[in-house]
Amino acid sequence: MGILEISKLSLSLNGKKILRNVTMDIWKGHIHAIVGPNGAGKSTLASAIMGLEGYRDIQGTITFNGTLLNDLSIDERARLGITFGWQEPARYEGLLVRDFLGAPAKNIDERILSSCLSQVGLNPSEYLDRAVDKTLSGGERKKVELASILAMDPALILLDEPDSGIDVATLEKMFEVIQQLKNKGTTILLITHSLAVLRQADHAFLLCHGEILEKAVAEKIIPYFEQNCIPCPHKNEPREEVNLS
Amino acid sequence: MIRDQDYVMDLSKVAGVKDIFKNPDIAHLFIHHHKVVASHLVPGLDVQVDEEKDHVKVKVNVAKGTVIAQPVHMCFGMMPKEGVQRLVMDVRIEEKSQVGILAHCAFPNAVKVQHEMDAVITIGEGASYSYFERHIHGASGGVTVLPHAKIHLLQGAKFRSEFELLKGRAGCIDIDYETTCEKRSVLEMIARINAKEDDHITIRETGHLNGDYSRGVLTSRVAVRDQARADVYNKLTASGSYARGHVDCTEIIQDNGRVSATPIVEVSNPRAHITHEASLGSVDSKQLQTLMARGLTENEATDLIIQGLLS
Repeated sequence: MGILEISKLSLSLNGKKILRNVTMDIWKGHIHAIVGPNGAGKSTLASAIMGLEGYRDIQGTITFNGTLLNDLSIDERARLGITFGWQEPARYEGLLVRDFLGAPAKNIDERILSSCLSQVGLNPSEYLDRAVDKTLSGGERKKVELASILAMDPALILLDEPDSGIDVATLEKMFEVIQQLKNKGTTILLITHSLAVLRQADHAFLLCHGEILEKAVAEKIIPYFEQNCIPCPHKNEPREEVNLS
Repeated sequence: MIRDQDYVMDLSKVAGVKDIFKNPDIAHLFIHHHKVVASHLVPGLDVQVDEEKDHVKVKVNVAKGTVIAQPVHMCFGMMPKEGVQRLVMDVRIEEKSQVGILAHCAFPNAVKVQHEMDAVITIGEGASYSYFERHIHGASGGVTVLPHAKIHLLQGAKFRSEFELLKGRAGCIDIDYETTCEKRSVLEMIARINAKEDDHITIRETGHLNGDYSRGVLTSRVAVRDQARADVYNKLTASGSYARGHVDCTEIIQDNGRVSATPIVEVSNPRAHITHEASLGSVDSKQLQTLMARGLTENEATDLIIQGLLS
């Protein structure tokens, strides 16, 4: 049984149908990827799971650990154990890294915050009292956001384009953390069009034009995606069934 | 009869500066209503006070070349619920001297109090002056704060001011600072105010970058909620060659608050350059949703974002 179950999910934005009858199960303690070309609806799907503003008016159901999420707010979903990492994390003028990381729990021990920063490769003594603002590079903000997710210790993490805007060394560190999270039983859903990110996944869903074309172990999806979707030959309009056998 | 010493204790407690009396290197001046209730000076710092019936004149002079290592604490305020405190200040920071003032303005019991400051500040060649003014108000909002200042920076001078009111009710605040900058001088003025209920904030900060290579930044950070209102008028002019300036205003509103920003930038030299940015409205959606995705309620997330912005 999946920790997250999505059934017949459809979503339109500005009168345009973005997601079409998506059904998928996410298994506890596994790394999953939703892969597809730009415009396939990947980020929309992740946003709908998290219940972000503008992505709540869905058809179908999203269930997490047996609880129906459809009518729950973002923070209610977060308190159930779901969280979200943005493709481009927000900046906060004046808000210190220690306050950002410590936000989910009152009186969180500084040693825990330091440990979270160390895990993502940031020196706590250098970063705890810095602001999460424009003085941090894009890569540093990605790391701080990941550290904030570690501090929250959620059951399910949605990471939207985790490789976006970061260098190779940072990406390697991020992959390391993702694998560590998996090892401790955290469920991860990666949103990506990158082969490097896709290779981190155990299972993958191929999304095209808002539809799940195929679901399989990642190693089966990877060659198909590499050969048929990069670049997308039909501008994101599905024409034929996928046959991975 | 309340003794001066009691006022000193009350003001220092409210301002959180009780420890400054232990250090002889830290100068201080405490004025309750129109009376000096405590003072201590350090070499190079001269303070002359004239106590009048309806105001108090304070003349501050920092002698040429003096570097005052520890911030000078000035504590102004009134403990009674009603009254007017009017300060007339003449501040002269002589050539190549350096000083920082921490001003604590405490009106914890105010129901109908008016605090006025009219200051003329001259900062000499190559001198540096920073003025941090923190207001500590009570919960009633019965304070009218009218700080007005004319500041003149001579060649190579530096001036930094910060006005902060984060706790208690702002009441009515009308800040009006105007600064002229000569060659290679540097100006920075910051205001950070948290307003609620029927507080009314007006910020008028003006900088004239008249000198070549002069630089100036005007920054305003205001958060309003309930029925509070804030109007920010920042003006920066540049007539000096290679003068550089920036006006930066962020105002966040909640509930039925109302904010306005009127930045005026004026350049009269083709070699000068001024920029401005303003952001008014609700809390940024991505900031809010990120924190909510970590489990904070919308109100908790908003408070944290505002706390950061005003910090």
